[in-house]
Amino acid sequence: MGEAIVITSGKGGVGKTTTTANLGTALALQEKKVCLVDTDIGLRNLDVVMGLENRIIYDLVDVVEERCKTHQALVKDKRFNDLLYLLPAAQTTDKSAVTPEQMKKLIDELKQDYDYILIDCPAGIEQGYKNAVAGADRAIVVTTPEKSSVRDADRVIGLLEKEEDMAPPKLVVNRIRNHMVKEGDMLDVDEVASHLSIELIGVVADDEEVIKSSHNGEPVAHNPNSRASIAYRNIARRILGESVPLQQLDQEKETFMKKIKRFIGMSR
Amino acid sequence: MKQSQNVVIKGTKDGLTLQLNDKCAYNELIEELTEKLDAVTKKSEDALIKVTVQVGNRYVTEEDKETLRQLIRQRRHLIVEEIKSNVMTVNEAVQWKEENEIVSYTGRIRSGQILEVPGDLLLIGDVNPGGTVLAGGSIYVMGALKGTAHAGCYGNDRAVITAAKMMPTQLRISSHLTRSPDRYDAEEITESECAFINEAEQLVIDRLQVLKYLRPDLSTFKGGF
Repeated sequence: MGEAIVITSGKGGVGKTTTTANLGTALALQEKKVCLVDTDIGLRNLDVVMGLENRIIYDLVDVVEERCKTHQALVKDKRFNDLLYLLPAAQTTDKSAVTPEQMKKLIDELKQDYDYILIDCPAGIEQGYKNAVAGADRAIVVTTPEKSSVRDADRVIGLLEKEEDMAPPKLVVNRIRNHMVKEGDMLDVDEVASHLSIELIGVVADDEEVIKSSHNGEPVAHNPNSRASIAYRNIARRILGESVPLQQLDQEKETFMKKIKRFIGMSR
Repeated sequence: MKQSQNVVIKGTKDGLTLQLNDKCAYNELIEELTEKLDAVTKKSEDALIKVTVQVGNRYVTEEDKETLRQLIRQRRHLIVEEIKSNVMTVNEAVQWKEENEIVSYTGRIRSGQILEVPGDLLLIGDVNPGGTVLAGGSIYVMGALKGTAHAGCYGNDRAVITAAKMMPTQLRISSHLTRSPDRYDAEEITESECAFINEAEQLVIDRLQVLKYLRPDLSTFKGGF
């Protein structure tokens, strides 16, 4: 029996889809059987990020309306041997085509065959969000260190905490720009985490490799040299229950500088 | 003459006190009251007299109270000041309790969430920006107040708002309102503060210590230490 994890954020454009694609890839690299479910009906793009768009035959709405069997709609990732699958969203209808009950039934069915089901949630807190959350056992909230996205994440966490039979949500802070944090032009990870006061499960640096890889339809997690890739792999390991220390964004020298600053601040 | 009187009229220096028997039938009482009032009216001069009505252990509804008032007011120089009853309904008692008790909540009020209580609110946690707390009485936040707080929201100017870290988006007490400065320096806020309405009818924020003198009624502790 697998586990369903919804990846959500409230605000759009913070990297839910990228996170879903990369966590799925990273979990599959750990030899787990993973199914990605795109619930952004009408605006699907997880398939594009995964580079699987041209293999889609059936979609989520077809499955829910029983026009096909579930396994017929699943798209296999060519880069893995039978480990990573994608259930794409429909492009022609809208979010009201599916109900939370139908989603729950579908996810429960998928949980029989897969270790992890990652549900890519659409932006917003309306029907699409309710569908995505319906079948999930736990949630990962993605936010960028910007006030607007932290505010929306806070709202979503409030809603998730009301959800019964769901573990407390975990936080991923995405697109940290180290030089801006240092200048004080961006919230730092600690500020975000203490404001939202949920467990931090990962920090991903802003990395051009991510944009490059989604352009090429190959998740960055495949590339062992990128910083973002390592961050995603670490999050995957934390999902599996390993304890992995957070990636150090600062260099050694800078933490030393910080120490001096704090010392001056105290002596003043 | 009846054996026991259902209506006893007493004169005090503050006016008249009408003691109404709480054992007899209501109709009988009204009848006798009308009779007696007519007798009194004839005797007295035209100065205004305040009347306190004591109904004892009889429950009088708002309707009954209005009837009593009407009845007494018909005698032109009588004014009903108060109708005192020893009885209240369970609903009234519950409402009274709710309006006077402190409700505590442990947790964080997040963006979009609204916490409303009829009495005072003790929040053990933070209010995030976008979150709202509402109370009929005062609001005490044991953490950082970064959202909106509305104390005395049914129109109580004596209500206060306190917070360990006062950095609200907006504060409201009764019908008064104040908004935050456009920028907070989190490190500047080191001590607890309180917000209240001052003599000039303005909502102001001050150190927590001043509350002791401004709102002594907030202490319910009796005795010395």
